Amino acid sequence: MKFGILRFPGTCDERDAAGAVGRLDGVEAEILPHHDRDLRGVDAVIVPGGFSYGDYLRTGAIARFAPVMESVTEFAAAGGIVLGICNGFQILCEAGLLPGALLPNPSLRFLFRQVRLSVVDPECAFTNACPLTLSVPVKHTTGRYYSPDPVDVVFKYAPGENPNGSQDDIAGVRNAAGNVLGLMPHPEHAVDPLCGGSADGLTIFASIAAHLRASASTPATPAG
Amino acid sequence: MPRARVLIRPKAGILDPQGQAVERALPQLGFTGAANVHVGRLIELDVEDIAEVAGMCERLLANPLIEEYEVIELASASAGEPSA
Repeated sequence: MKFGILRFPGTCDERDAAGAVGRLDGVEAEILPHHDRDLRGVDAVIVPGGFSYGDYLRTGAIARFAPVMESVTEFAAAGGIVLGICNGFQILCEAGLLPGALLPNPSLRFLFRQVRLSVVDPECAFTNACPLTLSVPVKHTTGRYYSPDPVDVVFKYAPGENPNGSQDDIAGVRNAAGNVLGLMPHPEHAVDPLCGGSADGLTIFASIAAHLRASASTPATPAG
Repeated sequence: MPRARVLIRPKAGILDPQGQAVERALPQLGFTGAANVHVGRLIELDVEDIAEVAGMCERLLANPLIEEYEVIELASASAGEPSA
């Protein structure tokens, strides 16, 4: 099983994302450059964190027009699993693959701290192997989630731990079909208790792998 | 070639921490008479067809979910800076 990790100019978390999925049995990672439309047969796509295109204009606004995003949009439309982390979440919102938008933190400051996340739906493609509460880091300046319409929430900041004023403590949302998810916290940085505060982040990647294995062994069913 | 000025503002009702920070800073300089401060973006561009700018705003220059935009046509661009 292969996970594709997108890399745009200014992306900086693609190696941690590749390292995280590489810890799972039978899973390998391949970096997919922004200028290449070929997704190289990957089974899932991760849009990692960073500062794509220098965050010019708005976070994620330029990256959504990269050639690789055309293929990711087709992949998602066909039911492919897409996970956006931090800047990846911002890119997926700008691309219209996820509802809503990310706004600057009320403090206007870059935040870097460990937070606890509550899993709102523990049965989906991204959470089936997760505990009900995860400890993972956030690190961002533009993380205040906003949507004028109701959204499908998968992760919330635990009570009292919302670091960025996001609407309804939302930390991660998915699309209506359930195959595209974005979250501001960084599961790829929490894969080893020694340096990640916990290894809880790994369970999100393990969930995706388990979902893909289950989908492969049964007739095609909608993700989610 | 017409020159367009695009003003982009945070939508009303959405928390604007930049505007708040500026509003809090002004009294510290003795300017106590300012309220309702909002900070947005200004984009200026020469365009062949001014009618296309709204589409540019919808698809790239602004995010209509969180921002409002206003397109103003300036005097045609010359070699130097345009005059408003």
